[in-house]
Amino acid sequence: MTRARFDLGSADHARLAAAFPRGMRPSPAGRVRMGLAVAAAVALAAYAFWRLGFSLERLGSGLAQLGHFVLMMFPPDPGTQLPLYIHALGETLAIAFLGTLGGALLAAPFGFLAAKNVIPNIFAHFAVRRFLDTVRGVDRLIWALIYVTVVGLGPFAGILAIATASFGELGKLFSEAVEALDRKPVEGVVSTGGSPLEGVRFGMLPQVLPVLASQLLYYFESNSRQSTIVGIVGAGGLGLHLAEQIRVLEWQKVSFLVLMMLVMVGVIDFISSRLRFAIIGKARITT
Amino acid sequence: MPHAIPILPDDQLAPMFARYDSAVRARRRHTLIMAAVVGVCIVLSCWMGEVRPLVFLAHADRLPNYFWSILPTLHWNTFFADLSEWYWNLDHWLKLLVDTIFIAYLGTLLGGVGAFFLCFLACANLVANPFIRVTARRFLEFCRTVPELVFALLFVVAFGLGPLPGVLALAIHTLGSLGKLFAEVVENIDMKPVEGATASGASWAQSVRFAVVPQVASNFASYGLLRFEINVREASIMGFVGAGGIGQDLIEAIRKFYYSDVSAILLLIIATVMVIDLLTEQVRHRLIGMEDRR
Repeated sequence: MTRARFDLGSADHARLAAAFPRGMRPSPAGRVRMGLAVAAAVALAAYAFWRLGFSLERLGSGLAQLGHFVLMMFPPDPGTQLPLYIHALGETLAIAFLGTLGGALLAAPFGFLAAKNVIPNIFAHFAVRRFLDTVRGVDRLIWALIYVTVVGLGPFAGILAIATASFGELGKLFSEAVEALDRKPVEGVVSTGGSPLEGVRFGMLPQVLPVLASQLLYYFESNSRQSTIVGIVGAGGLGLHLAEQIRVLEWQKVSFLVLMMLVMVGVIDFISSRLRFAIIGKARITT
Repeated sequence: MPHAIPILPDDQLAPMFARYDSAVRARRRHTLIMAAVVGVCIVLSCWMGEVRPLVFLAHADRLPNYFWSILPTLHWNTFFADLSEWYWNLDHWLKLLVDTIFIAYLGTLLGGVGAFFLCFLACANLVANPFIRVTARRFLEFCRTVPELVFALLFVVAFGLGPLPGVLALAIHTLGSLGKLFAEVVENIDMKPVEGATASGASWAQSVRFAVVPQVASNFASYGLLRFEINVREASIMGFVGAGGIGQDLIEAIRKFYYSDVSAILLLIIATVMVIDLLTEQVRHRLIGMEDRR
C-alpha cells in the first residue's frame, strides 16, 4: 500500500504561514510563561535539595542498603509470633471501627450546628467551622500521642485519636451534606400535617442518611489504613509491632506484617465498596 | 371541607393493607439485622480495643486538664514578654517549619512527576495491553496502601536520620495516590483528539503529548496542589520517626511534657496548614475556572 500522506514543501509551509500567521506561530507568551513556571519549580526544588542536605552519595548507599533489606524480606515469615500479630490485627480493626463510629457520633450534632441552613447565626456558624478546622489541622498521630499521655499506652488511645481526627473531617462533610439538602420534602411532610420533628424524620433523614452512610464507609476504609500507624507512637495495633521489628531489623517479620496490612486493607476496601454501591448506587459515588 | 378521597370497600382494602404491612415488616427486619450486626461488631471491637469506659471516666478530667496545662500563661500587662517567652525558640521552629514545607514540596514534586509518567500506563482507554495496565495499577495501589510512615520508618534505617527518608516516603505515597487520581482523569477525557492525532500519524507518545496532556493539565495541577496540602500535614509528623521536619521537636515536647512548647508548635503547624489551605484553594479555583472556560 502506498502512503496516502503528502509532505508540505517549504514553499507550501511559507504560504500557509503567511495566510494563517497566528495559527502557525508558536505563541511566545504562553511558552515563556510555561518555561518560567517550570524553571521556578526546578530552581525551588534545587534549593530544597541543597537546604535539606541531599547528596547523591547518601542516596546511593541508602538505596544499596534498601535493596539489601528488600532481599532479606523474602520469604515473609512471622516466626513464633503469629498469634500476637493476629491479636494486633484485631486491635487495628477495632481501632478503625470504633474510631470511625465514635467520630461520626460526635460529628453528627456538629454537622447540623455548622450548617448555614440550620443555624443562620453567622458567628455561631463561623465559630463551629473554625473549631472543626482546628481539630482537623492536628494530625491523627499527634492526637494519638496526646491521648497516650492522657489514657496511657494501648489501643484505647488509638480509638480516641482516630475518633477525634474523624470527628473534625466528618463534621465538615456532614455539614456540607446538610447544607445541600432539598427543603421541599420537609415542606411536603409539614404541609400534609406532620410535626416539625416528623418533617426532620421523614423529610430530612432519608435524604442525608445514604450520603452520610457512604461517607462513613469511606472513612472506615481510610481509617483502616491510618489505624495501622497509630501504633508507632504506642497506641496499639499492627504499627507497634511493625515499628519494633523495623528497629530490630527482623525483615521477614516486617514483610509479613506489611502483607497482613495489605490483605486487611484490600478486604475492607472490597466489602465497603460493595456496601457503598448497595447504599447509594454505582453512579453516585463521589468521594 | 369535605373529603374528596374515595374510600375503598374493606374487601379490596384488606389485601393492600396486608401487603403494606408485610413490606414494612420486611424493612424493619432488615434494619434490625443491620443493627444487630453493628452491635455485635461494637461489642467485639470494645473487647479487642480494651475499651474500659469506667477507667476512662475515672480519668476523664485528665484530657481537659492536659489542654489546660498546655495553654501558655499570658498576662495582659506583660503580654509581649509572655509571648516571647512562649515562643522562646521561634527561630529554630520557623527553620524547621520551612524544612517541613520543603519536604512536602519535594515529596509532592517527585511523586507528582512519577505519577504523571505512570498514570498513562494505567488507563483502559490508552493502553490496550492488560498486562501493562494491571501491573501499573497494582504498583500504584501498593504505593498508596502502605502508609507513608511505614516507608519513612524503613527509609530511616536505610538512609539514616534526616529529611531524605521523609521526602522519599512522601514521594512514594504521593506517586500512588496521585497516580490513581490522574488515571481516573485520563479515563474521562474526550477521545476524539486522540483519534485525530493517531489518524494523522502520531505515535503513542505524540498522541499523549498533543491530544491527552492539554485536556488534563489543569486537572492534574489542581490535584497536585490538593496533595501538596495533605503532604504538608504529613510532613509535619515525619519527624516522629526521625524523618525530618518539625515533628521531631513536637514529639520531644509531648514526650518530655514541655507543656507550653506543645501548644506553641501545634499552633504554628495549624496556622501553616491553614495558610497553605487558603493559598492552594485560591489557585485551584483559578485552575478550575480555566477548565470551565476551555
